[in-house]
Amino acid sequence: MQEVIKKRVKELFDNNTIVRAIGWENGEFFYDHTPAVFDSAADMDVFVYDNFCASNLSKYLINHCAPEGKTLVLLKPCDTYSFNQLLTEHRINKDNIYIIGIGCDGMVDIDKIRALGIKGITKITQNGDELVIDTMYGEKKCKKADVLLEKCLSCKGKKHMIYDELISENEDEMPQDASKRFDLVNELENMTSEERFAFWQNELSKCIRCNACRNICPACSCRKCVFDNSASGVASKANADSFEEKMFHIIRAFHVAGRCTDCGECTRVCPQGIPLHLLNRKFIKDINTLYGEYQAGETADQRGPLTDYTQQDVEPTFISDKEVK
Amino acid sequence: MQKIKLENINELLQSMAQIGKVYAPIEKAGQVNYYEWNKDAKLRLDVLNTVKSAKDVFFPQTEDLASFKTEGKEISIQAEKPLDEDFAVFGVRACDVKSFDILDKVFIEENTDEFYKARREHGVVISHACNEPEETCFCTTFGIDASAPKGDIETYTVGDTLYWLPVTDKGKEYSAKLGNILEEADESQVNKQKETIKAIMDKLPLKDVTTQAFGAGKTMEYFDRPEWKELSEACIGCGTCTYVCPTCQCYDIRDYDTGKSIERFRCWDSCMYSDFTMMAHGNPRKTQTERFRQRFMHKLVYFPDNNNGEFSCVGCGRCVAKCPISMNIVKVMKALGGK
Ligand code: SF4
Ligand code: SF4
Ligand code: SF4
Ligand code: SF4
Repeated sequence: MQEVIKKRVKELFDNNTIVRAIGWENGEFFYDHTPAVFDSAADMDVFVYDNFCASNLSKYLINHCAPEGKTLVLLKPCDTYSFNQLLTEHRINKDNIYIIGIGCDGMVDIDKIRALGIKGITKITQNGDELVIDTMYGEKKCKKADVLLEKCLSCKGKKHMIYDELISENEDEMPQDASKRFDLVNELENMTSEERFAFWQNELSKCIRCNACRNICPACSCRKCVFDNSASGVASKANADSFEEKMFHIIRAFHVAGRCTDCGECTRVCPQGIPLHLLNRKFIKDINTLYGEYQAGETADQRGPLTDYTQQDVEPTFISDKEVK
Repeated sequence: MQKIKLENINELLQSMAQIGKVYAPIEKAGQVNYYEWNKDAKLRLDVLNTVKSAKDVFFPQTEDLASFKTEGKEISIQAEKPLDEDFAVFGVRACDVKSFDILDKVFIEENTDEFYKARREHGVVISHACNEPEETCFCTTFGIDASAPKGDIETYTVGDTLYWLPVTDKGKEYSAKLGNILEEADESQVNKQKETIKAIMDKLPLKDVTTQAFGAGKTMEYFDRPEWKELSEACIGCGTCTYVCPTCQCYDIRDYDTGKSIERFRCWDSCMYSDFTMMAHGNPRKTQTERFRQRFMHKLVYFPDNNNGEFSCVGCGRCVAKCPISMNIVKVMKALGGK
């Protein structure tokens, strides 16, 4: 697949359809690919696409769709939801962008492999649904399904929501595990409020306030975040586990409610492994209950349930009747 | 040299906790960081890199400095006092041990920071050798020997046994207080282990990363290099690399209005942030490229400029493992310095 994509992008450079392309570049190891902007066909030699291209490239378009000429972007199925959402919010201009939708059969989480106690990893080869892992301390094996990124465990399906052309072999596949998406949210809902508080306190007190979750988030596209504004009274680089962290995360979750596509990037990048997606999924679940099934980013022209008004909207007083826990 | 069976390590920690607080790599909600040990804590001596480095013990991410209260027309100021009790930090890897030397240069040698200095004086550093270095480790680049980790007391795991070697006077005094929980041991096992570790270090994928091209006096050589733009292009300007780094030392001092008082605190800051060193006219580094360049120039050029050529990176590999976009000091060194 990597070579097919590379060849096609080079063609598009050569026939002047595009002037730059956003993809992934080979890293130091086999798993640490960096998102990259390629300026010419020759640049594409270091392009890479494999099990370790988890980063969602759609947010980079905010800065890269304005310059002269068309920018090509490679989007995996889940990334296209974020792209649509950015279009809806007028943060990017489709006229300047050329999308190749690329197939994906799940991205691997190197940290999950490390958590299995596998150290000094030097190479991974995929053999069917098994990964053969070469390490400095001998060969190890594991099932790919056991080390998929959290976000891939509740894959929304392999279909691209928007594209100019497709390079995909599994467009119609539907992952089997998608139904588990709200399992953990259910578990949290079934806890007592004390238990739930303890759960979040335990998780959020690890937060180092690095802002990686916010900065990677395609829905967090404000030019200046209130938490970066020292005049706001809430700006803080301090991680005070008493209150501060919960406030930051809850405000962020509210702000992306109805706009979060559940792309899973926040959880992926958090250096402290905080399951931030559970906050967002709680909102998604509640929105589904109160307003009917809604998936942000499914199309670019839908109106978000929280930014739209219809006569059928639930009234605040009815919310309790709807039994949102 | 002394030893104790690993299965009895909780008894050792119990005795240590009687001398003073013990900070150690402890797992909480799936991640390992330095927390104060207690008997319910899940010690993870096997984990090489904690998420936050051990610097958190001496230079905590946030600390209160003073509080101000007004009552009527009176303003009272309550200043925090530097720490005044002994403690130990256990399980520190060679790279993190070295990072304390680097922080000392900033917080003790130039101007003395009383809070930091008090913690350094009261803290006993108990290191732990790395049996299975990660592929992201490149401490050898900075002349650090993971098989002999330094500190006040060195410890080694060999098989089912923890070996204990007090090195400094402080370490010896501390060990003497432990009574007879440790038994005498000879060094042969540890020496063998050291050889094994050295052989692994020679095979690490990053073993050839070199600082040769960098160092004091090279500001003009690197400042305007065109590579910075490409290297920083995907950087999202989070603070992950700075906050996990054992040698990043920048901080901010802020006042927090609690409604009843003003709390003045210090917290880590990150040169990757848009409001870093914000002044009346704005941030002197207007683009992410400039901020990104600052972090690496500081480690590879500016710090050596001011500290007899010493680099302010210890090759722990945390930024290599944790950056959301997988950009890091190794890639920067290779892109700018060749190789
Ligand atoms: S990425 Fe994780 S550690 Fe960083 S601010 Fe977000 S929740 Fe906190
Ligand atoms: S720059 Fe990276 S490798 Fe060097 S000490 Fe900091 S975190 Fe470790
Ligand atoms: S960088 Fe060196 S000292 Fe640090 S954890 Fe790795 S091997 Fe050990
Ligand atoms: S280099 Fe990586 S960790 Fe550091 S600010 Fe940029 S994206 Fe964040």
